[in-house]
Amino acid sequence: MEIKKLASAGTMESSDAYVEIEPGTDGVEIQLDSVVMAQFGEDILTVVRQVLGDLGVEKAKVRVVDRGALDCVIRARVETAVLRGKGEA
Amino acid sequence: MRRSMLFLPGNNPNMLINGNCLGSDAVIFDLEDAVSPAEKDAARILVRNTIRYMDFRGCEIIVRINSIDTDFWKEDVRAILPHKPGLIMLPKTGTAQDVLTADAFISQVEQELGMEKNTVGLMPLIETALGVENAFAIASASSRVRAIFLGAEDLTADLRCKRTKESREIEYARTRLVVAARAAGVDVYDTPFTDVNDDEGIAKDAATAKALGFTGKASISPRHVEVINRVFSPTRKEVDYAYEVMEAIALAKQQGKGAISLYGKMIDAPIVARAQQTIEMAQALGMDKGEM
Repeated sequence: MEIKKLASAGTMESSDAYVEIEPGTDGVEIQLDSVVMAQFGEDILTVVRQVLGDLGVEKAKVRVVDRGALDCVIRARVETAVLRGKGEA
Repeated sequence: MRRSMLFLPGNNPNMLINGNCLGSDAVIFDLEDAVSPAEKDAARILVRNTIRYMDFRGCEIIVRINSIDTDFWKEDVRAILPHKPGLIMLPKTGTAQDVLTADAFISQVEQELGMEKNTVGLMPLIETALGVENAFAIASASSRVRAIFLGAEDLTADLRCKRTKESREIEYARTRLVVAARAAGVDVYDTPFTDVNDDEGIAKDAATAKALGFTGKASISPRHVEVINRVFSPTRKEVDYAYEVMEAIALAKQQGKGAISLYGKMIDAPIVARAQQTIEMAQALGMDKGEM
């Protein structure tokens, strides 16, 4: 799936995540800022990569600001950003 | 058992993920009025994921989708249905045809998913003058309808009257919906009380709904859940009396009597039916005989 435009989803509120995605040139680059970076940073990155992989995103720049969101919320926000970025949502 | 139903905005993760800790028998994940048009996609995916991944054991999930006159409702159904919510709430239901339109599409998606027909029930939200006048037709339009629900805020706007705490303006709609639902053999739920800081008001409003025959009541605030649960639960005295009625009627049968009196009052079929309902509710709440 090709990301065609800059798109975002989510909020900076507690228990949410803000995800921004834009077209990339060389694979998937993820920049993560999380309130639980030390404990769960790697897990969050795994979840983000998994959602991007499931949606077939191969080239994108992704920025995630996590405000203590659960996996299901991060998954939802990444999926929404991707769908918006490809122009479907 | 649905004494209380708590509305939660569909695009607010903090409220959704904590929905099962707020004491209500059911939560209503709202994809309609609580979500702006620009966020419909985000809320739909978030609600879908919450149902898919979170464990809401003991708390039924109901989803209010967008109304059938919007571009959103079919996508809502497609996203939500695979995860089998307890009910789908259909807003702005005005006619039996609205129910049949939703029913046909839900049946189609159920079939595509290999689900048994009528797996997911419908709860039409009646919130227009037309809906009130068609309440029985709506409640009996399809076997998918499990309950109807009164929405007083939109209704009073449609009636061009002021919404008041006394609720005299919705007396007719309330009684009409209760009669329609009971005639159709489905449950009926009352509109939320919207002043979250009026503890006396919610108790009074819930008691009125209970007295009219509503099955339960919705809430827009977790603060109202406890009082709604209390009002719609049988009291110890009611449960004890219900068991006494059942014992008396069993004794009458044993003695070959057609009728029997208890505390000087004749026990007849409606009293027995009410006693059975009270006992069923008490058992669902874990109130065993003679424990309280």
